[in-house]
Amino acid sequence: MTAENVELVCPAGTPAALKAAVDAGADCVYVGFRDETNARNFPGLNFSRPELADGIAYAHERGTKVLVAINTFPRAGKPEIWHQAVDDAARLKADAVIVADVGLCAYAAKTHPDLRLHLSVQASASSPEAIRFYHQAFNIQRAVLPRVLTVPEIAALAADVPVEMEVFVFGGLGVMAEGRCALSSYATGLSPNMNGVCSPASHVRYVERGEKVVSELGGFTINTFGAGEPAGYPTLCKGRFEANGKLSYLFEEPTSLNTLAMLPELIKAGVTGFKIEGRQRGRAYVGAVVKAFRQAVDAIRRGEAPPDIDLDNITEGGRQTAGAYERSWR
Amino acid sequence: MNASVLPPAKLTLGPVLFNWKPEAWRDFMFRIADEAPVDTVHLGEVVCSKRAPFFDKYIPEVAERLAAGGKEVVLSTLALVMTERERDGVRDLTADSGGFMVEANDIAAAAALNGRPHVVGPFVNVYNEGTLAYLAGMGAVRVSMPAELPAATIAILAAQNLVEIEVQAFGRIPLAISARCYHARSRNLHKDGCQYVCAEDPDGMPVDTMDGKPFLTVNGTQTMSYHYLALLAELAELRRVGVNRFRLWPHHCDMVAVARSFREVLDGTLSPDAASTRLADLAPDAEFANGYIHGREGHRLVEDDLAIL
Repeated sequence: MTAENVELVCPAGTPAALKAAVDAGADCVYVGFRDETNARNFPGLNFSRPELADGIAYAHERGTKVLVAINTFPRAGKPEIWHQAVDDAARLKADAVIVADVGLCAYAAKTHPDLRLHLSVQASASSPEAIRFYHQAFNIQRAVLPRVLTVPEIAALAADVPVEMEVFVFGGLGVMAEGRCALSSYATGLSPNMNGVCSPASHVRYVERGEKVVSELGGFTINTFGAGEPAGYPTLCKGRFEANGKLSYLFEEPTSLNTLAMLPELIKAGVTGFKIEGRQRGRAYVGAVVKAFRQAVDAIRRGEAPPDIDLDNITEGGRQTAGAYERSWR
Repeated sequence: MNASVLPPAKLTLGPVLFNWKPEAWRDFMFRIADEAPVDTVHLGEVVCSKRAPFFDKYIPEVAERLAAGGKEVVLSTLALVMTERERDGVRDLTADSGGFMVEANDIAAAAALNGRPHVVGPFVNVYNEGTLAYLAGMGAVRVSMPAELPAATIAILAAQNLVEIEVQAFGRIPLAISARCYHARSRNLHKDGCQYVCAEDPDGMPVDTMDGKPFLTVNGTQTMSYHYLALLAELAELRRVGVNRFRLWPHHCDMVAVARSFREVLDGTLSPDAASTRLADLAPDAEFANGYIHGREGHRLVEDDLAIL
């Protein structure tokens, strides 16, 4: 894999963010419909069918691809909602759909044999055997890798499968294998797999207790903040808990993934798609991150080292990590 | 409801999700083989491949004892497969399981078993009839439902009449799996040099909120509920909609007595209320929950009757 083939895959939760991503140099923009078919099913986000048609027109005029994430697991008894989403993405000439559910893969492959399929990170395909299954059974053309693999593992995998690899390079970092986590529904009744939400805002409360502010999810305390300290969002796996007699960020600190400095290594490992997380983010954030990664990829294409771009002020809690890409994370 | 018209309900036990001492695990399974009224027992390491070498040497004698006790033995595969060694393990087991049924706990294992009868475990995402039909077409004969599914979904899947549907009914609920080991992390260690600290907590390491409320448990790379799942009053309604198999997750308590309680409720010789009292005695530290099956938060204990339309 060379830097020439690399694609920046950028998030857009709104038509404004889509334009910002396209204008900042995205090779692909990924979006979702405004319903439970996508894993960022938040109020005020996502695209109606006419908005997607306009967005695709805007992107295609500027040489940018549009990928539609239909990556929750269809609810039994209501598969037609998900089938309709695939049909509409195909009709509106999306460049690919991003799917996770085996049954939905089967539907898409059978009904729209010419529609390009990308395997969502929510499918948790962590081995060559898993990826080969989706390729052979449904002709998946690209797999978004779960955020559990190290760079050498990604390289070994890329060499071993007949599809393109896509990895997350920036943004919110899940610590559990994606698509295999029910922590959110345990606390709130709503989960990524079933409802397209994790730690949903509808179940969040900030409670003042004396000098302190407590963040709660579904009635469980996730973190506590001192006076004047900004109260972070209570994402369940980034809370502070007590275990083994010790209070700590047991699962993960409130950090963001940032792999700007690792891009050459990831290209060498054979990765095609560099995915930026954040469909819930505003257009200013999307524009700034896409611009930074565009500059980095262009620098690598010219044979230069990626520039040291400061993204501290827009990352969660200002802290950044290379996450699972480094073995010591485990 | 007339219980006599339903097919007999079956109980599955295991696999043990925790890192017990290998000899304690063997002896536990011997007792299950000899005394527990369960139909099927699962063996094999599902959570962390680093544990497997300690248990593997006992699997043949345990399987033999279980078979002698009239139990069906199923060998379960690892839930999260990443490394070469883990892939080899799944490949070997799916290629030759010594005549035992294999439970696939990720899609790659199911793919390796394509065309042969197999079980699909609760760590594979089966949320709807489309996926169920596809997996049945690959040879799945039994599918164990993911923990978070509500009864309404389970009823739709059971009504397809494609495979035997199994529902988790007892024990801490497996909620998530990760590449990172939180047991090691809680001791400022990494997974590579973990010192097998997960063995110190035979029922998992409790995780409390900052204000001291019990919330979760950690079992190495797996995160589980603090509450113990206990479906008792729900069993009759689940049976009515076609679920005839229930899984008990082993804990460090008298699992033979736990299995007997479930058996008697299913046979109609013990009331769910009486069984509930008995479970509370058998696992005195446990708090019980049944929220998921009622379509609620997993940690809830719902008192209302389960009514599936």
